[in-house]
Amino acid sequence: MSTPDTDPAATVDARGAACPGPLMDLIGKMREVDSGAIVCLLSDNEQSVTDVPEWVEEAGNELLAVEEREDHRAFYVEKQ
Amino acid sequence: MTDHVVILGGGTGGTVLANDLADRLETELATDKVRVTLLNDDPDHVYKPVWLYVPFGQREPEDGRRPLADLVDDSVDVRIDRVTDIDTDTRQLRTRRGPAIEYDYLVLATGSTLAPAEISGLAEGGHDYYSESGAKTLREELLSFTGGELVLSVIGSPHMCPAAPLEFVFMADDWFRERGLRDDVEITYTYPIQRVHGNPHIAEWARPLMDDRDINVETFFNAEAVDPEAETITSMEGTELDYDLLVSIPPHRGVDLIEEADLGDNGWVDVDKHTLEADHADRVYAIGDAADTGVPKAGSVAHYQAGVLAQRLASEVRGRPATATYDGKTLCFIETGMDAASFVEFDYEQPPSPAPPSQKLHWSKLAYNESYWLTARGLL
Ligand SMILES: Cc1cc2nc3c(=O)[nH]c(=O)nc-3n(C[C@H](O)[C@H](O)[C@H](O)COP(=O)(O)OP(=O)(O)OC[C@H]3O[C@@H](n4cnc5c(N)ncnc54)[C@H](O)[C@@H]3O)c2cc1C
Repeated sequence: MSTPDTDPAATVDARGAACPGPLMDLIGKMREVDSGAIVCLLSDNEQSVTDVPEWVEEAGNELLAVEEREDHRAFYVEKQ
Repeated sequence: MTDHVVILGGGTGGTVLANDLADRLETELATDKVRVTLLNDDPDHVYKPVWLYVPFGQREPEDGRRPLADLVDDSVDVRIDRVTDIDTDTRQLRTRRGPAIEYDYLVLATGSTLAPAEISGLAEGGHDYYSESGAKTLREELLSFTGGELVLSVIGSPHMCPAAPLEFVFMADDWFRERGLRDDVEITYTYPIQRVHGNPHIAEWARPLMDDRDINVETFFNAEAVDPEAETITSMEGTELDYDLLVSIPPHRGVDLIEEADLGDNGWVDVDKHTLEADHADRVYAIGDAADTGVPKAGSVAHYQAGVLAQRLASEVRGRPATATYDGKTLCFIETGMDAASFVEFDYEQPPSPAPPSQKLHWSKLAYNESYWLTARGLL
């Protein structure tokens, strides 16, 4: 997994939101974008580490990368 | 100089706040140091929790309506008009009928609206009890429903009263059992994430109850489309369910005004979750469903936030530092059938721990609903 070269079509900043806020925010944005688009989710919630990959797999999308940043993570998800 | 506090929205939060300010600032209001205006687009105040009971024939929609002017202290100027524009630079509101209104402090208590059109086929194929008209139509459907697949799909998140979808399936299960129809009715509950409720503690408590009562569960189900002809609902995750009666918690949005005034996305105001001050404008606050604090969209939250904001505004008006803060307090009764309920209380730090269901808690919920009219008046 490595950070994608293409810019994400949308970034969802869910830092500070309690679970399940970040995952729900990601799902909401994935509804809006076209297939092939990349959405970047910023979350500082620990639960996202398991929640996000689980949903991405269930929905048949692809988790391209998880970037560890200073006080949060960036999840790059591609809509299939 | 008179300070003008304008409260936009005469639902639970706005009404409790107006009455609290009338009490707290009695002297300042009497001496014209401050004026309080409450704006609402409906002459009635609407108490939404009544709608849960309407489909089961236990309450009438009219039980949830009272004239707003009867509930609000006479020292508050109640105006029935729809606000069409907020200008936070000039501190002015434009309304549909009256002249522009200038404010010194603005409180947004505009609540939630439903957006079923966001899901193709939902408006035609689905029912709901999250609106007065929806609850009435659903009552007709339920009364004539004697067998088949009943699907309750939670689509919107965040949505009002996170407990109400669980309450609906628990009540439906009991209601059909009492009427000797349960063997002919399949009940399926769908939820967007991997458990049956957003809060893990409530989910852990509810799941075994659902299993015991043969309520089917589909998790990771985010509705994508409804086909009213074929009577199917499909999810983004690729699951398709047949239904004979579809009840949904539709997507929720705040009012458009908020986004138009750059105060937050989707109609929810970005606020400091402790002070309730808007992030993107001075002297603007939000309470209740409109405030994006991360806590549930519940009447109890709107009520507690109104109490905190009344203290903060009183301090502001008196030129003192505002010290009261909101700690995330949320209180919620959860019906677990037609005559039993549980109860949870939590805040930003303390997680919920649902109480064992009992008849006493069910009566407490009904008593709370009855005494709501005293709460709105600021007497409880
Ligand atoms: C079925 C159901 C059951 C529920 N059960 C419970 C429960 O058991 N316990 C609980 O705590 N909560 C419950 N709730 C949630 C609760 O009703 C809401 O969270 C609460 O009403 C929020 O209060 P509010 O003041 O933020 O908004 P609201 O009460 O929705 O009030 C908003 C007001 O603003 C007005 N408004 C909006 N825009 C404008 C404008 N532009 N101009 C003028 N006026 C405007 C609206 O007309 C409305 O009167 C339930 C909700 C539903 C739907």
